[in-house]
This record gives sequence, structure tokens and C-alpha cells, in this order.
Amino acid sequence: MSFPWAKQYTPENDFMKWMDTRLPLPRMVYNVVGVGYPTPRNLNYFWNFGALAGVALVIQILTGVILAMHYAANVGVAFDSVEHIMRNVNYGWFLRYAHMNGASFFFIVVYIHIFRGLFYSSYKAPREMVWLLGLVIFLLMMATAFMGYVLPWGQMSFWGAKVITGLFSAIPLVGPALQEWLLGGFSPDNATLNRFFSLHFVLPFVIAGVIILHIWALHIPGSSNPTGIEVKGEQDTVPFHPYYTAKDGFGLGIFLILFCALTFFSPNLLGHPDNYIPANELSTPAHIVPEWYFWPFYAILRAFTFDFLFIPAKLLGVLAMFGSILLLFFLPWLDKSPVRSGHYRPIFRKFFWFGLIPCIVLLGYLGGAPAEEPYVMLSQLASAYYFAHFLIILPLISMFEKPVPLPNSITESVTGKPLETAA
Amino acid sequence: MAEPEVKEAVEGEGGEVRRRDFINIAAVSFAGVGAGVTVLPLVSQMSPSADVLALASIEVDVSSIEVGQAIKTSWRKQPIFIRNLTPKEIEESKKVDIADLRDPQSFEDRTLPGKENWLITLGVCTHLGCVPLGAAQGEIKGEYDGYFCPCHGSHYDAVGRIRKGPAPTNLEVPEFSFVSDTVVKIG
Repeated sequence: MSFPWAKQYTPENDFMKWMDTRLPLPRMVYNVVGVGYPTPRNLNYFWNFGALAGVALVIQILTGVILAMHYAANVGVAFDSVEHIMRNVNYGWFLRYAHMNGASFFFIVVYIHIFRGLFYSSYKAPREMVWLLGLVIFLLMMATAFMGYVLPWGQMSFWGAKVITGLFSAIPLVGPALQEWLLGGFSPDNATLNRFFSLHFVLPFVIAGVIILHIWALHIPGSSNPTGIEVKGEQDTVPFHPYYTAKDGFGLGIFLILFCALTFFSPNLLGHPDNYIPANELSTPAHIVPEWYFWPFYAILRAFTFDFLFIPAKLLGVLAMFGSILLLFFLPWLDKSPVRSGHYRPIFRKFFWFGLIPCIVLLGYLGGAPAEEPYVMLSQLASAYYFAHFLIILPLISMFEKPVPLPNSITESVTGKPLETAA
Repeated sequence: MAEPEVKEAVEGEGGEVRRRDFINIAAVSFAGVGAGVTVLPLVSQMSPSADVLALASIEVDVSSIEVGQAIKTSWRKQPIFIRNLTPKEIEESKKVDIADLRDPQSFEDRTLPGKENWLITLGVCTHLGCVPLGAAQGEIKGEYDGYFCPCHGSHYDAVGRIRKGPAPTNLEVPEFSFVSDTVVKIG
């Protein structure tokens, strides 16, 4: 599970010795995030975001459990109970705004974490399981965030629930029955709100469980690094503590400054004002949009306005939206290049910065825009590029690209010539 | 003392079923059926409960709806549009070639004979369930002068047939009948 030169845990006093033979928890911590975990010496700040995502989850669970002490999951009082938290509960406004913006920050750090993985090809052997488990966490996060957004029972909550559960009605034959089963009725109502609250409460703990598997799978080969070449000797590594606990701690400081800035000075910037209108089943908001972190996927959903062969437009949109995430599960086998890091892959790098990133930023913008031209046409182009990037461009690049020569070791890349001249 | 018997049971003879395999398969099958039966209530509790299913039909007095007007009401917690079509809308809807439609339905398929000026549909876009605009005065009616769904841009014509956009089918016409000249029963 670790390199042969990893430092061994030695209990310092009699109590720790007693503990170590009965419940070796301190030993485990020492080996996972302590002195006993040798980590590549060249990790940059993009390697902060896994730890930051963990902190974001802790913030969400902490504020969420407290909010649940004051919230009531009943369509008659849910909206009022959120206002009660905002106006009456001591520091309720702070806890709710922290939870709201905490969700956004969780997605910000996770998106950076995922794009780090995409640029440095962290998904490649032997780390496929780390990537696959990460995608499972991402899917669980999306389900949790969606159900959380329904709980205040405002207009966007209600119509979001209706539209997202409506996705399932597109499935042939069983669709409408499945939607009724998910909602517990014909339209979102008390049964829906209650089950969403129950699931929104429990899923974060499931996420925590999958994170343990994610870290376990990571610790088998050890962390990847910006050169993408494997650790070859003790010189290539430093102990996780104090080197990366300190580096992660610095990143955490920056994260908390930005998080507090948004929470205290512009708490509703990323929200939608329509969710401060109580849910009304007879009136759809003129411009219905999900939370910003779903916009790229929402744009793909809306890009399909035409039938193709025998498949109706509605089903196509739903398949494409789920497909856009599911195809990432096949990424380790679509990108066959033996070189991991984008620094040594000139063509891959260009398509990453000038293809994939602008495409996803554009999709994000279009997902928040109204369903009219030219946005629809642009969504179609951007969606087409998204799928082409992963299914056609990336496999082709990995076949024809001639990578730049790799350094002989991590140590050489750090202490010898700088990376830029090598690239 | 039962030594020879046990040996026979463990090894079996030719294609014979071994006693221990039989016990294993039977026990696991029994547990599997038990697990399946246990899962049933856990899954079934998610379906609409008795009070949600016990939805009565509604009666609506439509005498106050002028020609060209529409109202929104609620049935099974879902919006219902009741529209009094103008003669021009009726005439134009009849002229449409139904072969060109995504969900081919004639004007007569969507209205009651003798009461053909009354169009009653669910106010639920068949795409993803938003409430289309066009029933209330001043709302956008879309390119075909019927209903327009603002969520993903589906355009319906005056009798609620899908003409443009992502929705796969026409606005659903629920079961309805006139109990008197001015009162309609839905459901």
C-alpha cells in the first residue's frame, strides 16, 4: 500500500502502544495523511482541491444537520420554516447562507479537481478506480444538490423537481410510471418533499463512504503528479505531513476567504430570486433554470429539439445529458496515450485549453440562457463538440500524437532544467 | 457409522444431484425469495399513496368563458386549460394537414362533437412538465397562436398540438363530458 521507504508508525507512550494493539486508528491516520505517506515532491496547487472538497463536504454536513433542526419538510410550512431560519433562529441566516454557498463552493472545487484529473490524465492506469469512484461521488453530489434545492419549496424548487423528474418520463414504456413512483404522485407534492428531505440528509454520508473508497484506491499506487511519471525512488517523495498538510492548509485559507466573501457580502449572487416566491403549481416561472453547476448539462439537454430516426427529441436530450457524464466512465480506455501529463502532450494540450475548456464554459453560459435562438443553435454546436472531444478527438490524438520527451525522474524535473523548456 | 453414505453424498454418482448442493441451492433460493419479498414494501411505499390516488373528478362551470378566452384550473394537482375557441381558430385547425404533425391528431380527435368550441387540455408541457403560457390574457401564445412553453421552447397550436420544439406529443386531453350545457366534468 505504500513505498518501501515509508516511515513506520511507532507509538510514543504506553497508552498509544496499548491503543495500537487494540484499535490502530492513529496508525491509520499516520499512514494516510501523515508522515507515513510518501507523496511526490512536485505537487502543485491543483493538488489542493481533493482536500478542499473534503472540507466542503464537512461544512455542508455540519451546517446541514443544524438546519435540519429548524426546518420542516411539509409543503404547508417548508417555505415559511426557511424564512423562520432566516429571521428568527439565532445565526440562522448565517447557517443557511453558508449551506447555500457551501454547495456552490463544493462544486467549484470538485470541478477544478476533475479538470485537474483531465489535464494530467490522472484517470489512467493504475488509477482507473480512483477516477471511477470520483465520478460516482460526482453523481451522488448532483443528486444531493438537486434534492436540497427542492427543500425550500420555492418556485424554482417546485419547477426544478417537476422538470428533473420529468426527465425520467422520457424513458420508453416505463417512463411515466417511473416518474409517478419517484414523485409519489402525479406532480411534486408532500410525498416528494418528504422523501427528498430524507434522501438529502442521508446521501452526504454515502458520499463520505465513497470518499473513503476513493482515498483507499488512491493510496494503492499513491498520488499522481504534474509530470505524470511514476515515483522512482525516495528522492522523488516527501512525507505528506508536514509538507502537504501545510500546502493544503494554505490553500484552505484562500478557499475560506473566498467562501466568507461570498457568504457574507453577496450570499444570493449564485441563487435565483424566483426561489424566494413560494411554490405555485399553476404558474411556471418565465425563465426556469437549475443552479449554475448544472448549466452545462442543462444546455446539452435542451440542445435536442429534433427527432432523430425513431428516437423522439425529448428522449435524445435525456440520453445525451446522462451520456455526457456516463462517457467519462470510459475515459481511461478512450485515451490510450501512455503519457499522462498534458505538459508533455502538445496536441492534447491545445485541444484541452482551446477545445474542451471553452466548450464547457460556453455550455455553462448557454444552460443559463433562455431557450431561444441563437442559444439553441450554439448549444447544439457545443454539445456536438463535447461528445466529439471525448469520443473522436481524444482517441485519435492518443494514436497520432508525438509526445515531448519525458524527464527521467520527478527529481530531475524539479532540480534540473525547468519544465517549460522541456515542453 | 454412516461413513459410506456420507461419502456417496459428497461425491455423487454420474450426473446425480449431490445432497449438499441441493441444500445449498435450496437455502440460498429461500433466502433470495425472502429478500425479494422484503424489498417489495420498501419499493412500493414510494408509489402514490391511497389519499393521492383517491382523487375525485372535478366539475367546472364554463358559462363565463367568452369566445377566445381561456381559464386555468387545477385537477389532480395539475393545471387544466379550458379554452373557448374562436370560429377562426376552429377553421384554421381543421385545415392543418395532420400528416405534417409530430403527433398526428385531427381537430375532431381533440374536441367533443357538438361542443367543438371547447378545448380542454392538461396545462402540462409533454416535454418536461412545465405549465405552457397562452391561457391567461397577455401571455405569449407562441408561433402557432396556441400555447408556448417557456422552459424549453415548445410551440403548440390553438388546439394544443405540438408544432415546434422538443415536446414529443400534443397537450394531453383528459377524459371529460358535459353534464349540462355549461358545466363540464373532468376525470
